Formats: sequence, C-alpha cells, structure tokens
Amino acid sequence: MTNNISVDVRSARKVYDATSGTVVALDSVSVQIRKGEFFTLLGPSGCGKTTLLRLIAGFESPTAGEILLNGTDISGKPPFERPVNTVFQSYALFPHLTVRQNISFGLEMLGRPKDEVARKTDEVLELVKMTAMADRKPQQLSGGQQQRVALARALAPEPEVLLLDEPLSALDLKLRKEMQHELKRLQLETGITFIFVTHDQEEALTMSDRVAVMRDGRILQVGNPRDIYTRPVDRFVADFIGETNFLSATIDGKKVRLATGDTVAASGVEAHSEGAAVTLAIRPEQVRVDDKGGLAATVAETVYFGTDTHLHLTLGDGSELVARLQSPPSGEIGLSPGAKVSVSFTEGAVQVLEH
Amino acid sequence: MAQTAEQKKAREGWLLSLPALTLLILAASGPLIIIAIYAFLTAGEYSGVIWDLSFKAWFQVLFEKDIFDGTVSLADAHLTIFWRSVRLSLLTTLLTFTFGLPTAWFIATRPLKQRALWLFLITIPFWTNLLVRTFAIMEVLRVEGILNKILTGLHIIPEPLQILYTDTAVLIGMTYVYLPLMVLPLFAAIDRFDFRLIEAGYDLYAGRLTVLRRVILPIIRPGIVAGSILVFVPSLGAYVTPRVLGGGKKMMIGNFIELQFGAGRNWPLGSALALILLLIVGIALIFYVRASASENKDG
Repeated sequence: MTNNISVDVRSARKVYDATSGTVVALDSVSVQIRKGEFFTLLGPSGCGKTTLLRLIAGFESPTAGEILLNGTDISGKPPFERPVNTVFQSYALFPHLTVRQNISFGLEMLGRPKDEVARKTDEVLELVKMTAMADRKPQQLSGGQQQRVALARALAPEPEVLLLDEPLSALDLKLRKEMQHELKRLQLETGITFIFVTHDQEEALTMSDRVAVMRDGRILQVGNPRDIYTRPVDRFVADFIGETNFLSATIDGKKVRLATGDTVAASGVEAHSEGAAVTLAIRPEQVRVDDKGGLAATVAETVYFGTDTHLHLTLGDGSELVARLQSPPSGEIGLSPGAKVSVSFTEGAVQVLEH
Repeated sequence: MAQTAEQKKAREGWLLSLPALTLLILAASGPLIIIAIYAFLTAGEYSGVIWDLSFKAWFQVLFEKDIFDGTVSLADAHLTIFWRSVRLSLLTTLLTFTFGLPTAWFIATRPLKQRALWLFLITIPFWTNLLVRTFAIMEVLRVEGILNKILTGLHIIPEPLQILYTDTAVLIGMTYVYLPLMVLPLFAAIDRFDFRLIEAGYDLYAGRLTVLRRVILPIIRPGIVAGSILVFVPSLGAYVTPRVLGGGKKMMIGNFIELQFGAGRNWPLGSALALILLLIVGIALIFYVRASASENKDG
C-alpha cells in the first residue's frame, strides 16, 4: 500500500512569527499523494495551499511534522537535494539565459553528461512545442510561451514530483483552457506526480485525479472531483466548489422539514438526531421547476447566461433558491418575475450538512 | 502634420541648451587641449613651457637619460608608479566589491521603509571633506593610532604595525573613500533582482555558491560593471589619499603628475602623463560601454 504513495505529509505544521504574534499557516496537515496522480490543492488565498507546496519543495521547513518522499523523510533536506521541481507562479525564468539554457540548467546542475543534457533538453523542448524558440531570451516570449518554458525547465530533470504553484493564473481565459489540456496531456505522457495549487475550482475539477480543499491551514476534504462536488463535507466546501443553495431545515424522521413546513428526502439524514437543526445544500442544476405539486415558489428574477438561465426563486417562508435551467432554443424560458411555480429536487440532490 | 510641427519644435529645442553646451565644451575640452599641446612642447627652465615642438616628454615617460654618460635606460621609478597605480586601483575595486556586495545585499533585502535610512547612512561620509576624512584614517592607522593601541592592548600583536606610509595604507584609504561608489550601483542592481530566481536555482539542484555564481552575479552584472568603473577610474587618478597616507613616498600617477607641474618643473612630462592616464581611463570606459551594450543586446 505504502509503495504507491509518492508524497506523504504527516501532521505538517507551519507557524510564522509576525509582528502581531504568530500566524498558523498550516495546522497539522496530513495527506498522502499517490504516484502518478494529478493532485490539486484548492482553496482561497491564505488557506495554506502554497505553504504546503513550499514545504514539499523545501523552500520552507515545517515547524512540526514530517514530509516523506517515496517513504524517506525529506523534511531536513534543502530544495537542491530533493528530486522535486517547481513551476513558479511568476515562472521565475532566468532572464540572462536562453530558453534552451534555462531548460538544461537543472540537468547541468545534476552533473549529467553533455550529450545527455542536450538530448533531454531537445526532447522536452519538443514536448512543450518550443523547439523553434530555443535560442530566445525569456523576455522575448509571450506569457503562454514563458509558461511552457517554465514547465519544460521543471520537467527536464525528470523529477519524482512536479509542483505547480498557480501556474495558469497569469494567462487569459482562452490560453488558460489550452494550457489546462496541455498540462493534463504532459502529466499523462510523463507519468510524473503533479501537485497543483489553484484557487480556481473549475480548474481543479477538470484537471485533477483528486482534490484537497483547504481553508485556514487545514484540509477540509480530499477526494476525486465528483465526490467533492456531489458530496461536500461542509458548507464551506459546498459553497467554494461551484454554486450551491443553502436552506435551513430540521431532521424529521427519515426526511428533513424545511422552514416552509414541507418535508423533502435528503441524503445524510442518518448522521443527525431527530429534530436537529441542519443546513441543506442543493446544486442549482438539480432544482426542477414544474407544476407537479412540489414546493410553492415565486419567481423573483431570471438571468440569462446563454446555455443556462438562472431562475431566482422565493419560497413560502421567504428563503431564496436559485435554479439553473437549460435555455430553450428560443432563449425565452417563459417565466417572468411574479410567476407562481412549484419546485422539486432531483433524487439524491439534497445533502444534509452541519448547521 | 502636427507631428512634423512637434518634430520641428524638438529639433529647435536644442538651442536652449546652447549656454550649457558652451560651458561644457569650453570647461571640458579647453584644459584638455592645453594639456594635449603642452605634451609636445619643451619644458621651461624654471616652469612653464617653451613653444618648441618636442617629443622629449613622451620619451621621458618611459625612459631616462643618465646625466653623466648619456646612456638611455628604462625609467624604473615611473614604471613602478604606473604599476602601483594600476595595482592599487584594481585591488581597491576588488576590495570595495568584496565589502560592497554584502552591504548592498543587506540594504536591498531590508524592508522598504528601512532602506532609505541605510542608503542615507552610506552617503554620510560625503558630508565631510575628503582631506579631513583621510587625516582621520591617518589617525587610525599611525603607529600610536587607535588600531595599533587596540591590537597591542588586546595582545593580538606584540609590536605596533607600521601601516602608515605603505601601499596598504593607501589601499585601506581608497577602499574606505570609494566604497559608497560601489555600494550604490550594486544596490540598484540587487534592488531590481527578482529574489524568486534564487528559489528557482535551488529548485533546479544548484547549491548556494552555484546560485551566486550562475544566477545572481550574471544578473546583477551591470551593477558590478558600473560600480567597478566608478571605483577604478577615480582610484587611478587618486591624489589626496596616496599623498596623505602614502606620505609622498608611495606615489600614484596623480601625485606624479602634480610633481611635474610643481617641484619637477616639467610641464610637458606632466601633460603627457595626464594624457596617458586619460587613455587608461578611456580604455576602461570602452570596456564598460561594451559590457553594458552586450547586456542590452542580450536583454
């Protein structure tokens, strides 16, 4: 079991001394990252995701806990003794070196023979499709090209683990989408373990094998994108990943009772005692609007998004609910503000969370 | 159309700088022309020049004729002075760099608010006259001076060191005087340096010294070159420091030139020496322009 674990973070804690007392950047985080997986650390800024990445890279040492790579404790090793490479958010390409020299830097430092350095560099240049730019300086490249060079430079020494610190955040939307595919392709082709840091939940969902959602220096949930999206462990995760409706309710037998007095089926009821106050999470796309006798609701607003139309609804008790409906060919959903509708939820769509 | 009018205006604008240009041309090239002419004239008996074309001064730069038998030999004393000047200037540049790099690094890595204070402290020595500061160094270095008192008092050395009136004293003095000229351009270069590149270097298996050699130094090279020129050029022509700390015995080119216009009563030789000094400085500047030009081309 342990031999397919690449990075094993054990109760890693990182405390910084600031003028206003100590800041806990990482609060006893434990996580196991498997070999060859695309693992994403997702969270808002200041959640500790970059700190965790820097601990693995070796730029910072943990205040407590340890970090194992392939079963060996590397906590005390400097970054230049760890078979781990980083793609920096700012790319951090060497401005005085050409693209080729940037890429061969790591191989040279490892003392590889000259012909091997040249061969590997050419290979990686080919891999990121930058062969034509090999003799340019980083400043002569566009953002997307610099990104590819940064990737190539980190991949060239064939690290055990590749760390990516929000590498796509500086790119425009179209280029970002392109690079997402590119990254995924590179990861599959090289088989290297990727640890990817992002605050973009969509990026995390589309690219990752597994995602760890972080907040305030802790990991809240680890799982594959589907698990995280469909079964968030708490309100923060549900809210951070995608859009979610939250409704207050109480446990009533095997169902939950809403403030409107209606009862609906929900998953996760068993974990709570009868009468307990809970929060329900329902994804907007799982809300159905029809006239088949569900919850009574009034349309407050319709917002057209092209493929979807968002319907802002008000329930009987005044609580709000958003439904995401596929836009019809005409684009007109045929409901105007004030219309009375009835609302129901797709089977299994209602999640019970702690209040 | 508007652009042409603007261009015309810009072309005519240089006329406004005419007074300044005139002053610069007269003040800079005037003395230079005089020196260039004097170098090819005959020395007057007591001072000044006689208006006779002569290459004797240039001959005297390197050779001397024995007054008794008229044999020509290399002017060892002159060569010693040249060699001392170049050697001490190079050593001064090296020492200011050795002390200046950590200093500039320290300042550049302070929080933004503290940096101004540190830079201000670096410039404080400029507030006092160079001569006064040089005499202060003399006070530190002399046999009964502070340095020797401390060293003998702590029994680090049994006898006071004779540092004053040696090359070492001149070197110490010049390093002290020109250190800020090295620190400031180095600071400017390090200030622009992206410190994340150090992490990138470590990440790519370069140790600390390798990162210094392969990443930091090449990137701050313009600052190193600028600082070296700013230190080397005035060191080469230094006058006050070698005069006071070298005690008139350990002359550098500057003192030697002064000697020709004073007690030596050989203005043409002084002029020729001054032109040679100018030539050496010119070569150093060409090296600087080349170095910064190739940097721009690379960048």
